[in-house]
Amino acid sequence: MKRKIYMTAGYNTISLGTGRKEFHPKKPRPGIEHYIKEAGQGTLKMINGAKNVDEGVVGNFIASRFVKQAHLGAFMPMIDDGLRYKPSLRVEGACASGGLSLISGIKSVLSESADVVLSLGVEVQNSVKAIYGADILAGAGWFQDRKDGHAYFFPGQFSNRAGAYYEKYGRDKARKAFAIWYKNAIENARLCPTAQEYDNKTVDLEKVGLTEPNPRSFTDHLNVFDCSKVSDGASAIAILSEEGLKKVGVPKSEAVEVVGFSLKVDNLTEQPEDSTKLSTAQLAAQEALKNAGITINDVATIEVHDCFTVAGILMVEALGLAKPGEGADFVIEGNTSRKGKFPMNTTGGLIGWGHPTGGTGVHQAVTIWEQLTGKAGEAQIEIPSDRPYGMTVNMGGDDKTIVAIIYKKTS
Amino acid sequence: MNYEAKLQNVTVLGAAGKMGSGILLLTAVEMADLQLKPENNSKNFALNAIDVSPAALTGLYGFLKTQVRKIAEKKVGLLRSVYKDNKNLIENGEIIDQYIDDVLKIVHTSTSIESAYDSGLIFEAIIENSDLKVKLIKQILANNNNDPWFFTNTSSVPINELDTDANINGKILGFHFYNPPAVQKLVELIVTKNTNKELIDFAHEYAKKLRKIIVPSNDKAGFIGNGHFMRDILFGIKQAESLMNEMSFTEAIYAVNKVSQDFMIRPMGIFQLMDYVGLDVCQKIMFVMKPRLNEPDLQSKLIDKLNDLNVKGGQNSDGSQKAGILSYEKGKVVAVYDPEKKDYVKIDDFKDKVDKMLGSLPTTHQPWKSVIGNKGKDKVLTEYFNELKGMDTLGAKLTRDYVTNSKNIGLKLVSDKVTDKEDHVNTVMLTGFFHAYGPINNYFNK
Repeated sequence: MKRKIYMTAGYNTISLGTGRKEFHPKKPRPGIEHYIKEAGQGTLKMINGAKNVDEGVVGNFIASRFVKQAHLGAFMPMIDDGLRYKPSLRVEGACASGGLSLISGIKSVLSESADVVLSLGVEVQNSVKAIYGADILAGAGWFQDRKDGHAYFFPGQFSNRAGAYYEKYGRDKARKAFAIWYKNAIENARLCPTAQEYDNKTVDLEKVGLTEPNPRSFTDHLNVFDCSKVSDGASAIAILSEEGLKKVGVPKSEAVEVVGFSLKVDNLTEQPEDSTKLSTAQLAAQEALKNAGITINDVATIEVHDCFTVAGILMVEALGLAKPGEGADFVIEGNTSRKGKFPMNTTGGLIGWGHPTGGTGVHQAVTIWEQLTGKAGEAQIEIPSDRPYGMTVNMGGDDKTIVAIIYKKTS
Repeated sequence: MNYEAKLQNVTVLGAAGKMGSGILLLTAVEMADLQLKPENNSKNFALNAIDVSPAALTGLYGFLKTQVRKIAEKKVGLLRSVYKDNKNLIENGEIIDQYIDDVLKIVHTSTSIESAYDSGLIFEAIIENSDLKVKLIKQILANNNNDPWFFTNTSSVPINELDTDANINGKILGFHFYNPPAVQKLVELIVTKNTNKELIDFAHEYAKKLRKIIVPSNDKAGFIGNGHFMRDILFGIKQAESLMNEMSFTEAIYAVNKVSQDFMIRPMGIFQLMDYVGLDVCQKIMFVMKPRLNEPDLQSKLIDKLNDLNVKGGQNSDGSQKAGILSYEKGKVVAVYDPEKKDYVKIDDFKDKVDKMLGSLPTTHQPWKSVIGNKGKDKVLTEYFNELKGMDTLGAKLTRDYVTNSKNIGLKLVSDKVTDKEDHVNTVMLTGFFHAYGPINNYFNK
């Protein structure tokens, strides 16, 4: 890359929604401005204030419908007066909006138009009941497909993928892998105080994960535990050049280096060619790894976009960690658990930590930053010295917009 | 019998009342589902909501809108297929709104009985006054050429009495919903020797479509539900009076309410339930039952007195509980009415003292809410009542007496031939009153 790019000062609000003790569906909740402010200030505090920030970017999927609020770029100066009259914009790529926020910041620094970018991702979704939220989230697909889609549109899409996977590779194995994925997600979330499932007390998680899908109340091939929940939350992180790091006074050891990234987009108006594959994710992952000059075997931990358990399994295959159909075995064998060779979603991922859609991409980066700098608290895993890399894969829609980023430990 | 044809023009009498509005809701949804079938496109389904109160009828639309939305949200998957040919309806929100419109379109409110003259089916859900019921039925019969059927929601008046007095010739049966009709699964079905078979077949099909559980009751005043409930209330009052040697009236009412809720693991204490139903309603039901069953004890001086003092309970239009013998804040009991002082006494003034007199709950106690959904509740309850059996506290003693009396009421309903089966009594209490266990049980045997 033309310049060295770093990230530091990651901050997550809690992921609020069912499961959190603070959550009461009928009581008033913080608005979107609260989340933007809390996350933004959290990061600014770690980089010695707003004065050093050159630019802000907000990743958000669809606040215009969830909370009837557009023009999110102009919330930046609300975080801190020091951001007034500085460039700020909002970017959108459905659930990859957070990833696009990171990409936007990386590109600004690469183009030398900024040395310090405050990258934020936010979504507030508990403003409507899930059945209406499903309408809004369906905007991540092609609207012309909505009429014939499932009431819960995206769960319906990924249920179809799960069904195809069952048929091709065996249902029992797949359902077991989904249940293990769910178990890992909740167990990891229990180690992260901001996670939506932090207080989850279920004893037999695998059994719950194996709950038989009920097409009458939900989808044909997925149960509700196979799905990420409805979440409110925001995450923020600073993206900097080497000069930027000096300017904000953060030592390199407190930062991660961005050594490769990829943004790949596929045609929204087309259905996937093969429902058992995440082809766009595969291409993005390959390109990011290639840019970084490493292979997946060099990566110590990965944050993948498990909006559904089945997406988690398909991500494992897209990353090249398992052959088609063997992602399920890979997960069942424990390779993706926090004790496995490739710990994934170590603070719970979308299913365990939560999925404030526009915030997720940034949250993934924050988790990798925490893990590579030893700041993950109870959720900390060991990063082997011969594999000093982390990776995030953030997905918008059904494998349509993919942001893959490779991070390297600096010390 | 043509099920759909019978549901094309329906009337609910007393449609703005607590029971009537629930019956109206369920029937409106059922009729709309028929109307929305493609083959019924050209037909016109109409549901007349008749009530004496114009204000209450105005409020009815708001109630229906909220309730139909809840129903629609739960079945939006099905509704998406119902509206699949309407290209303008794409999102769940649009489909739900359209469904609400389609249900509400069927409902026509009126204060005039004449609206019932075109109906083939009439649900009667007015107050428990048999003379008024007979009068209205007669008036409709005299003016209606559609051979109307009458489904009465009476919870106490014998059906053969209405049949004979209004000269309906077997075109009537008792179809008794429980409160609130949209939630409680139970319908008591009361037929007479004279009831037309077509009505009975229709009643079963209609109940099935509404996903209700039918329990047949014989045609004795009060049927199974109130046969148990009224006597259960009277026992509660008697138990409270027996406590008045050692405590005041308000304390005794509080104590028995607590025993009949917490100690007995019921959803509400007996006096809260009495308020929920309404003291005026309870009084009317006893008025109906007492002479017909020839049981002079089926009356309560206390209930009569409270009614005279205009202490009646029941609900506000928003569903919140009105003060009755107890008063409430945010659904919680906060005070007890003292008929001498003609005022409420805060339970905080005596709660600790009375709780101490009752003694603590058994250690194996679990609240009703956690027992009701527990698949292994029989074991939980057996263990609980076993512990309670060995306890020497006042609370335990009152509970034993109450549970035993409740069982005796159940057995009496069988021996009085109100029902042929003990099981029916239990089903009514489980599904109409949301009890966690039936009154006819063996918890205190041996």
